[in-house]
This record gives sequence, C-alpha cells and structure tokens, in this order.
Amino acid sequence: MRWLLAKDLVILRRSRLLVAILVIYPIAIALLIGLAISRSPGKPSVAIVDETPPGQTIGVGGRRVEVGRYAEQVFDQVRPVRVGSREQAVKDIEDGRVLAAVVIPRDIAAKVSSGVSQGSVEVLYNGNALEQSLVQAQLSSALAQANLGFSEQIQRAASQAIGALIEGGNAQVLGAPPNMIGLSQIPARLRRLIARTPPGAEREQLRRIEAFATFANQNLGAARSVLATIGQPIQIRSTPIQGRRTPLNTFAVVVAVSVSLMFVCVLLAAGGLALEREEHVLARILRGPPAPGPPALLSREGLLAEKLLLAGACGFVLALAMLVGVGAFVSLDWSRFAGWLVALACGAVAFGALGVAIGALAREVRAASLLAFGLALPLAFLALVPSGAVAHGIYMAISAISFAFPFKAALQALDAAVNGASPGLGVSVAHLLGLSVLFAALARLGMRRLE
Amino acid sequence: MSKGAAAPVISVEGLCKRFGEREALRGVGFAVRGGELVAIVGPNGAGKTTLLSILAGVQRPTAGTVAGPGSGRAAGWAPQQPALYGKLSVAENLRLFARLEGLADPEAAVARMLAQTGLGERAGERVERLSGGNRQRVNVALGLIADPPALALDEPTSALDPGQRERLWRFVGELARAGTAVLFSTHHLGEVRRHATRAIVLADGELLFDGTPARLIAATGGEHDFEGAFVAFLAARGH
Repeated sequence: MRWLLAKDLVILRRSRLLVAILVIYPIAIALLIGLAISRSPGKPSVAIVDETPPGQTIGVGGRRVEVGRYAEQVFDQVRPVRVGSREQAVKDIEDGRVLAAVVIPRDIAAKVSSGVSQGSVEVLYNGNALEQSLVQAQLSSALAQANLGFSEQIQRAASQAIGALIEGGNAQVLGAPPNMIGLSQIPARLRRLIARTPPGAEREQLRRIEAFATFANQNLGAARSVLATIGQPIQIRSTPIQGRRTPLNTFAVVVAVSVSLMFVCVLLAAGGLALEREEHVLARILRGPPAPGPPALLSREGLLAEKLLLAGACGFVLALAMLVGVGAFVSLDWSRFAGWLVALACGAVAFGALGVAIGALAREVRAASLLAFGLALPLAFLALVPSGAVAHGIYMAISAISFAFPFKAALQALDAAVNGASPGLGVSVAHLLGLSVLFAALARLGMRRLE
Repeated sequence: MSKGAAAPVISVEGLCKRFGEREALRGVGFAVRGGELVAIVGPNGAGKTTLLSILAGVQRPTAGTVAGPGSGRAAGWAPQQPALYGKLSVAENLRLFARLEGLADPEAAVARMLAQTGLGERAGERVERLSGGNRQRVNVALGLIADPPALALDEPTSALDPGQRERLWRFVGELARAGTAVLFSTHHLGEVRRHATRAIVLADGELLFDGTPARLIAATGGEHDFEGAFVAFLAARGH
C-alpha cells in the first residue's frame, strides 16, 4: 500500500492545478461562510426626514417629552442620513444611497398628545422583492426598538406625574402648586379632622371624602407600578441548556475548518479512487491468481484504505494548519489542542470514507468530483440550518439527512474540541466512527461496480 | 532467457464463466506451451476478453481450472486500453508495478524491461506525453515486469497505426522466441495468419477450433485466405 501512497503523492505533486483548487476553493468557501456567520448584519442606511419643529414636546400628565427624542431613538437603530425633505429622501432611495427613508411628520406631537389617535411615521423603500423583504424586516425591528425606547420615556413621565399626585411636595410638573399635598397624606389628615368634628352631616361628608381618598391613593399606586413594568413586561435571561456557550467568532472558525476538511477529504478520496478506474489501472492492481497462488497485488480493502488515508492525511494537515493559523487571530483555547487533533482525525476519516464511497459509485473522475461537490455543499448548508428557522417537519428531515452524513458530526466534534460545546467530543467521535464504517462498507460494495 | 518449451505453461480445463443468465464461456479447455503465439479469435461477444482476463487473474471463473507451471500468477496482462499512470514516467510506472509485484530487485526489473521494450531513452518521460504505440509498449512491459511464463494481450494493436503495429509484433515475436507464451485476441485476422503459431476460435463462449491458421484454412477447403476461411468456418457452424 505504501508504494501506491507514494505514487499518489507524486501524482498530486505533479497536478498543481488540482492541488491549488483543492486548497484555495475550500478555504475561500470556508472563509465566506465564516464571515457570513461571524459578522452580524450591519445597520441599514436609512434617510430620516424629521419634519417636527425643533423643541416640540408631547404633554403627558403635565410633563413634557421632546418629540426629537423619537428621532434619536430611530437614529440609534439605523445608520441615519439626515435629509431635509420627503422628495430628497425619495431621490436618495432611487439613487441607492439609502435603503429606505423614515418620515416623521409635523403633526406627530399633536396626535400623540391628543390621546385620541396614534402618531404615525411614513416608511419609504424600493428594490426587488428580496430587498424589500430585508429592508422591511430590518426597519420594522429598528422602529419597534425606537417605539419601545420612546414609549418608556412617555411612561416615565406619566409615572412621575402620578407620583407627584400621590406624594405631593414641590413636584416638577407643569402647573403644579408649590408644597402640594399628596393624595397619600389626605386620608390620615382627614381622619384627624373627623375625630375633632362632632357627629352630624358634616362629619359624614368628611368620612365619605376620606374613603374616596384612601381608595384613590391605593389604585393610583397600583397604576404607577403597572406603568413601571409595562415598558418591558418580560425580562429576558439567557441560559444555554447544554455545555458552554460558543462565541460566534470561534464557531465561525469551526465551521470554516470543517468545510475545508470536508472538501479536501471527500474530493481527494472520490477523485483518487475514480482516477484508478479512469486510467484502467484498477483491474491490473486488483487482479489475483486465476488458480490458488500468490495473493492479488493489492486487496480491495487495501486500495480503499490507501485512498482514505491519503485524503484523510491531506485534509487533516490542511485543516490543522487552518486552525492553527486562525488561532493567531482569534482567541482559541490551546489547552484543548489534543482534542482538536482527535476531532480533526476522526472527521478526516469519516469524510475520507464518504469520498471513497462516492469514488466507488462514480465510474469516472468528473462524475466523482461533481457528485462530491453536489453532496458537500448542501450538507454544509443543511447542517447550519438552526431549529425554528424552518417548519418542524422540514427540520426533522434536515436533521435526519445531517445525521446520515459526516459534516454535522464533524462540526459538533470540532466545536466540542475547540469550544467545549455539546454534545461532547466522545459522542461526536463515536458518531463519526460509525459513519466511517458505514461509508467504507458502501465503498467496498461499490468496488464491484467500479471493476 | 529461454523458458522450457515442453511443459505447458498454462492448462485450462472446463472453463465456464457466467454473468447472470449469460454464459460467456462454456467448458473451454486447452494448454499452451512456452514460445507459442496463440491468437484468440471470434466474433464480438465470443468470450475472448473474458478468457484472457481469467488467465490474467482479473476475473474468477465460475467453474473450471487454470493451472500454471508453478505457484506464480499464470499470465502477465496487457489490457486493450493501456493501464498506466499518465502522470508518472515510463520508469516510474515500471518501478511501481515491480514493487507491487514484490520483486526482489525492482530496479533490475525496470532496467530489463526498458532494454527489452527499447524505451530506455524515454524512461524519464511522462506516459501521458508518449505516442499510442509507445504507450502500448509500456502497457505490455508492465504485463511482463514479473517475468511471467505467459502473457495475455487483449487486442494489443487495435489503436495503433501500421508502423506501430509492426514494431509491436517484432517485440512480441522476440518475446515468444525467448520462450514466453503469448496469447492475444484480435479482430485483425491478417495478423493471425502472419504472426500466430496457433489459433483458437471462440463463438458464444464455446471453443470451436484449436490449431494452426493453416489447418483452419484447410478445414474450409483451402480456397480462402485466413479471413475468408474464418468466416466460412463460423458460418458452417451457424455463427
């Protein structure tokens, strides 16, 4: 087997274009996927047309909230481009300088203050269906955030106004008298007054007022508490169910390395085996004695093992070099290095086994390469589809496909090795070894077809 | 190097090969001695390639036996399409197969084959850059690398021009004179008449004739050339 391995290395060394493609293509794909995962979408560039007069306020229970605060909230959620008019905003959208525009109308303060109608803003956008969908989704989220921030300010003002009614004193509320008595103090003072008042109609009137003041104080207090919580009624506290949380950038590294490992191993194993057939050498290598005598030059299992070893070793070296190289830029836990080796080695074996199965089923190099590409790309993308992103039934089908091929298991093994993510390295390694046996058996069956 | 001419180097008895329902060979039997140049002829689908590939150990017979003089592989093999690594040089191809054959001195075997095939000057050249004729010579050389007592050539001249064919037959003739039994299949019946010392006619997996080309001509009345005699012989037997 070693002579065949040496021969394949010589052939690889002489096939510079193939080696370049095998190295550059997966790395390029891996980097693209890695970048796409690690970089969250940037803020959309949006034109803001603020038609409200400067300093305009909305009155809330005697307190004032500046309308300009709303525009500031919108600015925080997007990359704002201030424009003077709606017409200019439309032109900027058409020219592609901005994705969309938000027009805050002059009368928004009056509408919000009226308490009868909602204030509204106008959103303008352009582009094809996909762009419209993307812009709408991003803007809806941005405006929802802005609305939330603005409504919190209004709630705070309303809460302060209620507080002034309850507590009294020198409230910072427009029109409030100095040293105002608070609703909470009235029942006690009334009770003292009632005690000094002789029985009769006047005392009965005072009792009724005291009962109302007590009731009003209790309910206004409750309303204040409700206002304090309504801005964010449910707080979010994140807890990963299993393992530790994987940082997005190191997960992107794991994805990039796994993709490269898969491409190199699968393509090299599939192409290498199919090449033996295409060069018509397979029968010469595998021929045995017509009668009892010396064994074949090389057994079928030996040939498969040689191709698997060659592809696995090349993929392992490339993937390890990538991981170590990226480790210079991204913070990786080097104390887990031994785990990296185990995960990469098991992944390489499983991908190599998949490759030889493809090589055995496809009769020529072009078909094997096409099949390897056609299988590898969707496998990588399917393994990255998060649960909940698609319907449950489709996700179950995706999970089953991902389980039957080595990419997801290799990804999980490497994620466990690099980031300590779950499921643990042992589970993923066992999965990979199981798949290796399965695909090696398939390759052995496929050898009959190849011969 | 001369191999013994008396004892058969290949003895075939009751050879059968089935592919599902189809019988490719039906009870074929013959023996070949060293130095013989045996042409296996017959119409398409007669079983020529199947027979040669069984002799070379590429396929296993369904029934019957193939016996050689010793415990080694009975026949070296040169398939119809050259089975070579195009990215390797002539010498590298020879060296690889010498090592795979487990020869004690691979370098000596490479030197011997380069000398025997006259490819010494092309030893370092990549096979993908060789002409069809030279590729076929390397193909035959790989079949001979382990110095087998017999060589099976499957349509060795089918892709060669007349000049290349002539050079190949000179080379094969020298092999036979040196004592190697050569079995070859061909559709060029003129080559059988000119080069073969013996012809085996197969049709539908059955051995119909085993003798010299002259005997086949005589068997059809002696009025035809070899090709005419071959056609008449098959027609008389319903093929």
